[in-house]
Formats: sequence, C-alpha cells, structure tokens
Amino acid sequence: MTTLTTASAPVAPGGRIVPGAERTLRNRVTAGQAVSDSLAMARRGLIKIRRTPEQLIDVTVQPIIFTLMFTYIFGGAISGSITAYLPVIIPGILVQTVITASAVTGTQLREDMDKGVFDRFKSLPIARIAPLAGALVADLVRYLIATTLTIVMGLVMGWRPGGGVGGVLLAGLLVIVCAWSLSWIFAFFGVIGRSASSVQGISFLVLFPLTFLSNAFVPVDTMPGWLQGFVNVNPVSHLVTAVRDLASTGSVTGQVGIALLSCAVVVAIFAPLAVRSYMKKA
Amino acid sequence: MTTTAIEAEGLVKTFGDNRAVDGVDLEVATGTVYGVLGPNGAGKTTTIRMLATLLRPDAGRASVFGHDVSREPFVVRQLIGVTGQYASVDETLSATENLLLFCRLNGLKGSAATRRTRDLLEEFSLTDAAARPLKNFSGGMRRRLDLAASLIAQPPLLFLDEPTTGLDPRTRAQMWETIRRLVATGSTVLLTTQYLDEADQLADRIAVIDRGRVVAEGTGDELKSSVGQQSLQLALVRPDDAPAAQAAVLDVLGVAATVSPEARRLTVPVADPARVTDLLVRLRGGGVDLDGLSMDKPTLDEVFLTLTGHDATDQSTTDRAAGSPEPEEISA
Ligand SMILES: Nc1ncnc2c1ncn2[C@@H]1O[C@H](COP(=O)(O)OP(=O)(O)O)[C@@H](O)[C@H]1O
Ligand SMILES: [Mg+2]
Repeated sequence: MTTLTTASAPVAPGGRIVPGAERTLRNRVTAGQAVSDSLAMARRGLIKIRRTPEQLIDVTVQPIIFTLMFTYIFGGAISGSITAYLPVIIPGILVQTVITASAVTGTQLREDMDKGVFDRFKSLPIARIAPLAGALVADLVRYLIATTLTIVMGLVMGWRPGGGVGGVLLAGLLVIVCAWSLSWIFAFFGVIGRSASSVQGISFLVLFPLTFLSNAFVPVDTMPGWLQGFVNVNPVSHLVTAVRDLASTGSVTGQVGIALLSCAVVVAIFAPLAVRSYMKKA
Repeated sequence: MTTTAIEAEGLVKTFGDNRAVDGVDLEVATGTVYGVLGPNGAGKTTTIRMLATLLRPDAGRASVFGHDVSREPFVVRQLIGVTGQYASVDETLSATENLLLFCRLNGLKGSAATRRTRDLLEEFSLTDAAARPLKNFSGGMRRRLDLAASLIAQPPLLFLDEPTTGLDPRTRAQMWETIRRLVATGSTVLLTTQYLDEADQLADRIAVIDRGRVVAEGTGDELKSSVGQQSLQLALVRPDDAPAAQAAVLDVLGVAATVSPEARRLTVPVADPARVTDLLVRLRGGGVDLDGLSMDKPTLDEVFLTLTGHDATDQSTTDRAAGSPEPEEISA
C-alpha cells in the first residue's frame, strides 16, 4: 500500500477560496453545457463498458446464437430453405436483438442510480438530463456491437443483401437510431422502478409482445386475422420492413418514414417523462 | 462583510411515519466549522441531504449563502461540495478517471482538468494508486478521493458526513488536519460525527441532534461545561441508595447527578477533582456502598444522558415512530 503523508492544503496553488458572496453564479444550465455534461457522462459509460465486458453478453453471444438457431430451426419450414430465409430473418433478428439490448439500458440505469456516485451527480451544478442522456449515448456502443455481429453472422451464413454496402449500412443505422429512441421508454422504467429486477420484469413484459408479435420472424399472412391486425400496426413491424427494404433493395421506402416518426413520438413522450421523474427523485 | 453560510429553520423530513428530521434550526457562520453531533439514526445524514439539495424538505426552509435550497438549487450546487457518509465516487473507475469526470462536470476542460486531477491526487497522497480500480482501495483512500472530488470547484461550503467514521486513528488524524487546512483557506465546513471528541477538536460550534431535533447548541466548551469537564461515574451496590447518593452529591459538590435508567450508576459532572475525596468520605459515612468508580472525560453518552435523559443508543431502529407526535406547527 501507499505510505500516507499528511495532505497539504487542498486548494489550487495561489490562494484562498473565493467567498460565496463574491462568486458569479448562474441560474440555469445552457444548452451547450447540457451537451458537454452529457458527453462527459457518456465517456464514463464507455469506461464502465470497457471495465465490465461481461455486461456485453447480450449483444455479443445472443446475436450469434439467435442467428444460428432461428435460421436452422425455422429456415426450412418458413421459407423452404436456409438461403431463402436469410433475407427475412437477418433483419428480424437484427431488430429484435438491438431492441432487447435497449431494454437492458433501463435495468443498468436502475443499478447505477442506486450507487453512491449518483449522489455526487445530483449535488453538482450539471444539466439534470446528463446522467440519463450520457448513459443512453454510451449504450450506442452496445447497439453498434449487436448490429455488426448480426450482420456479419448473416454474411458468414450466406446472406447476400441486394442493397449493397450502402443499403446494409443504412439499415444498421436505422436500427440503432430506433433502439436509442426506444431506450428512453426503458430509461423511464429504470428511473421509476424500485429495483433492477422489477425494472427488468416490466421491460421484458413490454418487449416480448413488441418484438415477437411482429413480422420479425415469420411472414404475417401465416398468422390468424386478429393477430395480423396488431402485427400490422406494431411499429416494430414497420421497422423490420424498412430494414428489409433497405438491405435487400437499398431503397428508402415509406416504412423508413413510419419507423422514424414512431421513434420521434417515443422520444418526445418518454424523454421528458424520464428526465422529470429523475429530477423528482433527486 | 460576513454572511451566514447556512441558515435553516424548522426543517422537517418524514419517511412514512418516521420523523427523521423534526424541526431542525441551524445557523452556520462563514469561515467556521460547524459540527452536528448525534448517534446513528439521529437524522444527521437526512439533514445534510436537505441542505445539499439532494432531498426536498417536507417543511421548513434553508438557504446557503442566502440562496434558498428549494427555490434555487442550481445556484446552491455551485456553492457546495458534498462528501457523503458512503463514498460517492464511481467504483468501476480509477481514481484518475473519477477526478477527471468530476472535473469535466465542473466545467474544467482538457489540460485544466488533467492538471487539477494531478494536483488533487498529489495533495491527497493518491498518486501511486491513481490508475488502480477503486475496488482495492482502503476506507481511508476512498474517503480521501471522495473529499478530493468535493474540492474540485473549490466550493466555499463543504458538507462532510461522518468523514472519519470507520477510519483508523492515524488516518483520522490526517483527515482532521486536512479539514483544518481547508478552513484556513476560507472554506466553511459542516461536518457530522458520532464522536464528541471529534466535534470538540474541529468545530467552532456544535449542534447536538437527537431523534431529529437539536437538543443543544453551542461551542464545545459550553457543551462540555454543561456536562462537566470530567465526570465521575459511581456504580452502586444497591439501587435503593440512589436518592441518598444524589443528595450527597448535591450537598458536597453542589451539582445534580444523573442517574442511569437502571438506577445503579450515577454520573456526576466534576469541576474540581480534589473535591471527589470529600464526596467519597461522605458516601461511606452515609452507608452507601460502591461497586466501582471512575473519572471519565465526557463522552457522547454523557452529553446525551445529561441533555436528553437517555442513552446515545443507535436510533436507526424505527420503534420511535410509534410515539411520533401529532404534526406540529413549524416555527418560521
Ligand atoms: N431513505 C430513507 N427511507 C426511509 N427511512 C430513512 C431514509 N433515510 C433515513 N431514514 C431514517 O431516518 C432516520 C434518520 O436517518 P439518518 O439521517 O441517516 O441518521 P444519521 O445520519 O444521523 O445516522 C433513521 O431512522 C433512518 O432509518
Ligand atoms: Mg448518517
């Protein structure tokens, strides 16, 4: 261990602490400060990801296993062959995996907020949105990993998307943007939840119907009529269709617009909700 | 011009039916160390959290350098540093990464952040351990890092919640030294402690807090003289002798003895130790048999026994909520 020496005066060289009455004080944060605070918090999130790689299992192992499993189990039954199923299933798994990853955001946020360091964040004159926004921005890395792995797995298994590199990149980008938008829902659950496990419970309760009651894994026309009704309005279905269109033809269809619009609505509702509840708890 | 660093009036915080803080008034002058002394569960942390804008008071008001904590929390946060009872640093980050993060959040950029981090690590003897994850830090190292993080913005007011609890005597002495230096640079410090000795060593004024209320306030000397510089502990063989012993104490020393709840122990404030002999002679003459006796410096227990009539036992158990009083008017 280190040998301890008596600490010298903990002030910057040159002087006395400026008295409270003589300081220039700001009444609120500027937009610029909100951004730089969020980026500082995002940097912290990235360090945490690097320090705890075991938390990346859901975005590394899961895409690989799901891609293999779903393709070999359902490929023959649904599309007649593995190769024919790949253009259907890879976008489906891509969306499902990355959105699941966004749900984990809420659980991790809850765990994080229970730690003592959040007391310090709350006692600092920083933008109140920063601890939330920072965590959500850092999680973009997780979505990027999941997206890359799923696409690479598909390519390895013989998926040859007709949209070319550009189409696939756009598809990946769209999925990441949508996952980030949805993560505000789960951030909200994370803020209001009592414990990490209850947050996880609620998140998955929302997540499963959204991802499975969609066209992600099976064509809609194989489903009963009442179910088709839900599947067709489910925004996840529109996202999956948009990703398929982008990947296989490279064309930006109206589905992309619907997906992005849904995302904007989600952020507009849940970002203020999450931040408000976070501030109330503070 | 001297401004008041902290002014609090009638602060109340209730958790369920547990009145954790029950009408606390405080006034802390700029440039002083103010000690809040009380046993575990007395409401010290809750009080600090309200003053530091971490918790909204249910009633009452408080201001820091004239800025109301509820109405201008953002301004207050620019004036304070908070070192919590449990380290408020990030366990997954190294000491350097922690300080860099808090520097950035305090608006220091690039090389200014690096320089400040390096200086603070050096000042708090953490340079050697700076790159290691905090998991392997000792309690003392964690505290020092926590305090360093609170000092980044050089806040004029510092809250230190039990800064030395759990530290070994050597590290505790270092922490005291650090706090003294801080005050010498013009900082105002509000610290909480469970140790009378610590409050006495560091604080200019002390508030004794018990079950969410301030039961005594004054300088260390004032508090101790209300208890006696030293105290004589008398253990009686027969509890029945307590009244006779009390009468003897009053007669010989002119002070009132406090009888412990089980009535076998008397605590007597002693101004002049030489007079104790007289008391002992009188007790033997009166047939009061002693089981044991000792001269002690006043402890928190005695302060409490004297001020409140009960021990400074752990109050964090919530059975006291049972007798919680009806909601009271908050003195404005
Ligand atoms: N968040 C909380 N929820 C419920 N009860 C609490 C909470 N924080 C503190 N308390 C209760 O309030 C009382 C005062 O606690 P605290 O302020 O931590 O005391 P101290 O810091 O003096 O040990 C205790 O009875 C404690 O159990
Ligand atoms: Mg406490």
